[in-house]
Formats: sequence, structure tokens, C-alpha cells
Amino acid sequence: MIDWTAVFVTLGPELWLVGIALAGILAGAVTGDRFNRISFKLGAVALFIAAFVSWLNFEGGEAFMGLVSANGFVNFARIVSFLLAGVALWISEEFFARHETIRYEYPVLMILAAMGMGVTLSASDLMTLYMGVETLSLCSYVLASFHRDSARSAEAGLKYFVLGALASGLLLYGASLVYGFTGSTQFAEIAQAEPEIGFLFGLVLMITGLAFKVSAAPMHVWTPDVYEGAPTPVVAFFSAAPKMAMMIVFANVLFTAFGEKLDDWQLIIAIISGASMLVGSFGALLQTNIKRLLGYSSIANIGYALIPVAAGANLGAPALLVFMTIYVIASLGMFAGVLTMRRRGGMVEDIHELSGLVQSRPGITLALTVIVFSIAGIPPLAGFFAKLAVIEAGLEAGLLPLVILLIVASVVSLGYYLRVIIIMWVSEPREAFQPTGPSVAATVGVSGLLMFPVLVALIGTLTAWANIAAAGLVN
Amino acid sequence: MSDFPILTAMTALPLAGALLIMLVRAATSSEGDPDGRKALTAGLVISLATFVVSLAVLVAFDPSREGYQFVRSYEWYGGISYKMGVDGLSVMLILLTTLLMPFCFLASFPQTSKSGNEVRRPVKERATEYVVAFLVLESFIIGAFCALDLILFYIFFEAGLIPMFLIIGVWGGKERIYASFKFFLYTLFGSLFMLAAIVYMYLQAGTSDIEVLEQTGFAPGAQTWLWLAFLASFAVKLPMWPVHTWLPDAHVQAPTAGSVLLAGVLLKLGGYGLMRFSLPMFPDASEMFQPLMFALSVVAIVYASLVAWRQTDMKKLVAYSSVAHMGFVTLGLFSFTEVGVQGAVFQMISHGLISGALFLLVGVVYERAHTREIARYGGIVQKMPVFAVLFMLFTMANVGLPGTSGFVGEILTMVGGFQASTWAAAGAALGVIFSAVYMLTLYRRTIFGALTDRLPVPVSEMDDVTARELLPLLALAGLVVLLGVKPGLIFDITEGASLRVLEMMAGG
Repeated sequence: MIDWTAVFVTLGPELWLVGIALAGILAGAVTGDRFNRISFKLGAVALFIAAFVSWLNFEGGEAFMGLVSANGFVNFARIVSFLLAGVALWISEEFFARHETIRYEYPVLMILAAMGMGVTLSASDLMTLYMGVETLSLCSYVLASFHRDSARSAEAGLKYFVLGALASGLLLYGASLVYGFTGSTQFAEIAQAEPEIGFLFGLVLMITGLAFKVSAAPMHVWTPDVYEGAPTPVVAFFSAAPKMAMMIVFANVLFTAFGEKLDDWQLIIAIISGASMLVGSFGALLQTNIKRLLGYSSIANIGYALIPVAAGANLGAPALLVFMTIYVIASLGMFAGVLTMRRRGGMVEDIHELSGLVQSRPGITLALTVIVFSIAGIPPLAGFFAKLAVIEAGLEAGLLPLVILLIVASVVSLGYYLRVIIIMWVSEPREAFQPTGPSVAATVGVSGLLMFPVLVALIGTLTAWANIAAAGLVN
Repeated sequence: MSDFPILTAMTALPLAGALLIMLVRAATSSEGDPDGRKALTAGLVISLATFVVSLAVLVAFDPSREGYQFVRSYEWYGGISYKMGVDGLSVMLILLTTLLMPFCFLASFPQTSKSGNEVRRPVKERATEYVVAFLVLESFIIGAFCALDLILFYIFFEAGLIPMFLIIGVWGGKERIYASFKFFLYTLFGSLFMLAAIVYMYLQAGTSDIEVLEQTGFAPGAQTWLWLAFLASFAVKLPMWPVHTWLPDAHVQAPTAGSVLLAGVLLKLGGYGLMRFSLPMFPDASEMFQPLMFALSVVAIVYASLVAWRQTDMKKLVAYSSVAHMGFVTLGLFSFTEVGVQGAVFQMISHGLISGALFLLVGVVYERAHTREIARYGGIVQKMPVFAVLFMLFTMANVGLPGTSGFVGEILTMVGGFQASTWAAAGAALGVIFSAVYMLTLYRRTIFGALTDRLPVPVSEMDDVTARELLPLLALAGLVVLLGVKPGLIFDITEGASLRVLEMMAGG
């Protein structure tokens, strides 16, 4: 017998999203292109409802004989991911409408991607994990190449697909090794197993695959290319919701399935964390394309986020939630800012196009300045508290070298953050950007306001929630 | 004592004012204020109000009571609290901040030259944002001096980088972008090490409350690293040799008001930090590193003085002189004697007044002649007699002539240094001589001699100081002389704080 209450409690949001996605495909097939525009808004609302449902079932539960289980830790990530996916979908509409490529498949794909995030977040079994990751990834490949007629978009999608498929293969091979040596695919039983050499091989391969999905170095090479080539609203989505979800999945797998073997994987995570920080911060220094630059910036930030992962579940889980939440909100705001960069000939992406933005758009410039300084982790903005939490977790776990690398990377990366700010404030103004719709400007503004002062004032509340959420993981 | 959180009010006042200015600006178009006069007036009024509040704090402050006063503490999260309080040291430094701020705005007003040929506009564009940046900066500085929680202190301390970065980067000179980057990156690099140390202390003690941490007593081994991490931040900020190189660039490129604030107040955050945190919290490490600090202080004093001598740019000269004078602060602090510490505090305040005035003076001639190159000046006294008199006074004060505040600070820090190390005091004394050399050289070359024809503008443009420029300079001159004659005005207030630091060192 299937216990439907348990199913609803663990997979409620995903069931809702599958239903919406299928209904959307049907409705789209029947009505043609008439409701393309409204489908974006409806899809966003569906994602907001999914976030709400996750919040209702915050405590989580277990279903399908342990194939899926949710707890506060993953539900926290679900709420943030669904909300941000909804916002990303909402602000996409204008972009695709202008490019006359607006199609109802886009919201459907994004909802299915969100569904994949939800499934993989609630995975407590290697098979569910892989299914969720693949659902998300396949949707992402298509989204990246959604501009079929643009060579760059197609290239981005292809690159993403080829490398992503390789990473998925590694993940799957690692999972099969772990299964072979433990005799079970369930996280709970894997956690009990003795670490043999083959098991460790599997663990390393799984980490490799998952590191690709969060774009941690040295599995990061796809990130700048995909960020540059994919349509900007898609990148806004990539940089926020799946980042949050996959990072928490990464941590969740390590904490629950391999939590007892912290000593075996701590060093690996520490190395990819350090490598990501360095690659991300130095790599961005020479970039002039704002999307590539932000791609490198995201690699560096994933490096920071891996510090609390290396600190282990007890010390690191709350810090990871706080850091990722603040970072992805800032990141989405930043890409919404990139969406405003439109001249007569279309989107522009060179950072020098931002020249003298303060003259024509003082409000957006102020918000972007706040967001950029927040990502850089300068007090009194929210990003500082995110970094503070990471440093705290790192030092408590005795990861001093990583904290020092974080300091170095922060200073280096400030080199390009400051460059963006100086260009906006000081350089000679260029022709003003075309006006953007209210939703994009509002996203930039709200993100800026969240960085200062809202999340700063509520940092205590956010930390308390993160602690409650992480408590669900430890039990 | 009333329950009114006066320190929070004082910290928030400029910030609230900045917000108000932004809202008014957003509601009205910028056409109503083409030369920024209205925005600057608003900034002036707000900064004067803040000054009045800080005077009220000074009046209500009771120097005879030990420890911190007006303390207000609210739980924030996870052992971090919003805790504000002041002692004699912070009261004086806050007063210095709020005093210099109105002068900064006064120095930024546009004005027409006497000949009527030219409108001098220190702030060429975006005056509203300029005023907002200064007010926000003032809030952060006051907050840093009031904070009694280490993480709260760090937030204020570091937050000041953003407005200062914009002040240099947006309203600075030709090489402003390079200078602003250098300023930001140097300071941040040092500060992040301090942040790591702060988090370590917070994890050890379970709280970041400064009053608790003062009593915690860290293990000597840990103290060494913590002390070095704090030094990394404060040495850059102060700045000490060899991490001072950002300062001349920042000063030369910053607008006059930015230089005044940078030299007058921001550098003091470094000295304040050493005295508030490094000495009482890490007494063993402080004693261990005393020789190092003495060596660095003497190098700073002698080397920076010699470098100042060779400068061709007035602002750079004054900037290097700041490095030298900050050397006296570290010398006095690390003598661990009452006279030395008191002298260091006095030197910080005195230097704030004198260097602030010197940068204002440089600003006066720069606005007229659009050059800071010393070689292009000469014979200014014939066209600007009042200016020459004031410049003379502050030159003498910077040299440390008895009767000015500069003398008191230098002599006391040297006496303190002498008690701890004869060699250090002797080295510092050498610096005093050099300071006379470079300051008098500067004075002679610019003020005396034949009236120059090397200026990029006709000498007829070199009219004497206007009332608006005169007022701040006269106020500062009065204070410099008053404190030189009656230094007790400051000692009475800061004595408690200085003695407490030494007690904690001895007891800890």
C-alpha cells in the first residue's frame, strides 16, 4: 500500500509541478501560441505555490520505502530554489517577447527543471538522486540552447550537454561502485557500510560528477562558456535556483550517505574548494564579458560555499544554507541587472557598455552597486554575513588554510568587482539603455534592498531558520 | 542618566540625513540644484547637528567614572550583540570626526573668484551623491568608535571603505581609479586577516563583546597570531611603514574634503584599534612585539620624513608627513607608559586637527591655481597674506613648535618612548628635526621669494582666503593653540581610558 500522506509530505511540490507541466503541454498543444505570454506568469505562480507547499511540509518525511525523504535542510533549499526559479521565469517573459521567441515550452521546461531539483533534493537513494539530477540537467541543456537560431546559444547547449553527460556518467559509475561495494542504494545503509577501496573510488567519482553540476573547479570549464552563450534569462535561472539546489544536494549526499566518513572526503572537498576560489577569482580578472565574469564569480563563490561542506554537517550545514541563500539572491539580482543592458541592436554584454550608467539609471546603479559589494562580502551588506558564517564554520572545523585562501580570493576578486562599479560610476556615459519592463527593474531593486537593509536586519532570523533546517539533517 | 540611546542616535543621524537627501533628490529633479549648493547646505546642516549631539555627549560624559559610558546592548544573533558605549578615547575621536565633517562640506562649496573670471567648483558633478557618501562615511566612523562588540566594530570599520572608495574614485583627480583601487585592496587585505582573528576569538570566548574579551586572556601562543592579524589591519589603516604606500596615492587623488577626512579621522581608526584591542586583549604579544613596533615606528618617522622632503607635490608631502606623525602614535602606545599612551592619544587628536588644516590649505591654493606642484609656486605671501599667516601657524604646529598641540603630542610620545628605549626615542627625535626641514622648505618655496610667473593661472587670480575658507582654518588654529597651551583639556577626558589600558595590560 502506498501511504499517500507520506508521499504528499515528501514529494508534494514535485507532484504539483509535474501536474502543472503536463497540463501546460496539453494546453499548449490544444491552444497553439495564443497563451504564450500568460504561460510565463502562470508558470511562475505555479513555482511560487510549490515553494509554499514545501514550506507547509517543512518537517518532511519519508516515502516509497526510503527512496525519497525530505527534511528541513533540503526543504529550506527547495523553498529558496522554487521561489528564485519563479522569479527567473517571471522576468524571462519580456526578453523572449522582444526576441519573438516566446513559447509555452519555456515555462514547461523550467517547471520540469524545478521538479528535477525537488526530486534530487529529496533523494535518499542513489537511483532517485540520479533521476532527479538528470531531469534537471536535460531540461537545462534544452534551456541553454533555447535560442535555436543563435549559434552561440546552440553552442552553449551542446557544450553543456556533452560535458554534462560525461559528468552524469561519472556520477552514475560512482553510484554503481558504491552500490556494488555496499550492497544497497539507500543512503541510510550506505552510511553504515565499511569504507573499502572500491567504495572510496565510487565516492570520488560521485563527488566529481556532483562538482561538475555545481561548477566547482576543476570541473568548472563549461561555466563561462555556457553563461556567455545561453540566453540571459536562462543564465539568471542557472545562476540561482539550480545552484542553490545542487549545492544542497551535494552537501546532503555527503552529509547523509557519507557523513560518517568525513575524514575520507574532507580533503577532496577542501582541495576543490580552494581550487574553485582561486580559479574563480583569478579567472575573472581578465574578463570583459559581464556574463563570463559572473560565471567565474560564481565559481569562486561555490568555492566559498564548499568550505562549510568540508566542515561537516554539524558545523557547516547552517552556514551553507545562509551563504547560498544570500548569494543566489544577489546573483539573480545581478543577472536581472544584465537583462537591463539593451540597446537598439539587442542585448549588450561587455562590461564597458555599463559606462556611466549612473547618469541614465541612478536607481539601478545604486542597487547593482549594493549587489556587487554584497557578493564581494563587504560589510554592512548581507553578503558579509554570509562570508562571516562561512569563516566561522571553517575556523571551527580547523580549516585555517581554506580561510586564508578565502581571504586571498576575496581580495583578488574585489579587483573585478570594483572595476564593474567604477565603470558604472565614473566612465564616460554611453547612450542610455532601452527602458526595461517593471519586473526586471523590480527584481534588481528588490535584490538590492534584500542585500541592504532587509537581510541584514533579518540575519538573525535567517540564521535561526537555517539552524532549525540543519537540525532536521542531523536527526 | 536617561534611557535615550544617544550614541545610536548620533551614529544614525548622518545616515538618516543621507537617506532624506536621497529621497528629496529622487522626488525633485536635479535641475533645481545645478551646482550642488542645496545638497551641500543640507549636508552642512546635518553634520552640524551631529556635531551638536557629539558635544552633548561630551558634556554628559563623566571622566571620573571608569569604563564605558552610555552603554546600550541589544542581542543580535548568535552571541553577537549590538552594543554601543564610549570612553574618553572614543569621545574625543568622535568629536574630532564631527568637528571636521562640517569643514569638509564648507570646503566643497562652489564660489566665484574675486576677479569674477572663474567659478571654483571643488565638486564638479553629482553633488548629491557626494554629500550622501560623506554623511554615510561619517555614520560608519562614529559607529566604529562607539561599537563595543568586535564584529559590530568590524562592520563599521570595513563599511567605511565603500563611501571612501567612491569619494576617491568618483570625485578624485586624474589617477583616481588607480588610487581608489589601491586604497580599497590594501585595506581589505589587512582587514580580512583581522576578521579571521575576530571570528577565532568569538569562537573561543563564545561572544564578541569587547568588555568580555578584554577579560578573556588568550593563551600566549594564540595571542601572537591574533596580534599579528590585528596588526595587519591596523598597520595598513594607520598606516605604518612598509604598508603605507596607498596613502600618498589616495591623498593626492582624493578631493580636498576626502583628504581632510582621510588624514583627520580614518587614519585614527588604526591607532584606536591598536589601543582598544591589541594592547588590552593581547598584552603578552604586545610586549613581545614591542621592539618590532619601535623599529617600525622609527623607520616610519625617519624614512617618511626624508621622503616628504623630496616631494614635489604638496599633498604628497603632507601625506608622507602624516605617515611620520603616525609613527609617533605607535611609538607612544607601545612604550606601555602612561605618559606615552596619553601622548599617543593626544598626538592622534592633534594630528587630526593639523593635517586636516594643512589639507584645507593645500585645497585653497589648488582651487585657485589648479596645481599642487611646489616648484610652480612662490611669493604667495604678496597676494595672500592671511593665507601665509595661517599656513605659517600650521607649519609650525606640524613641526611641533612649543605652544602648539603638535609639540605636546611629540614630546610626550618621545618621553614615553625614552623610558622604554633610548634608541627609539633618539631616532624619533631625528624625525622631529627632519619634519622642520621639509615643512620649512615647503613654506619657503611656496610663500616667500619673488612672485612667481610659473603658475598656470595669472597671479591676479590668487586672491586671499575667503570668509568661507577662513572660518574652518581659524577654528582649527584656535584649537591647535588652545590645546598646545592647555593640553589638560584632552588629558582630563582621556586619562581614564589610557590608565585602563595599562591596567588591563598589567593585570592580564
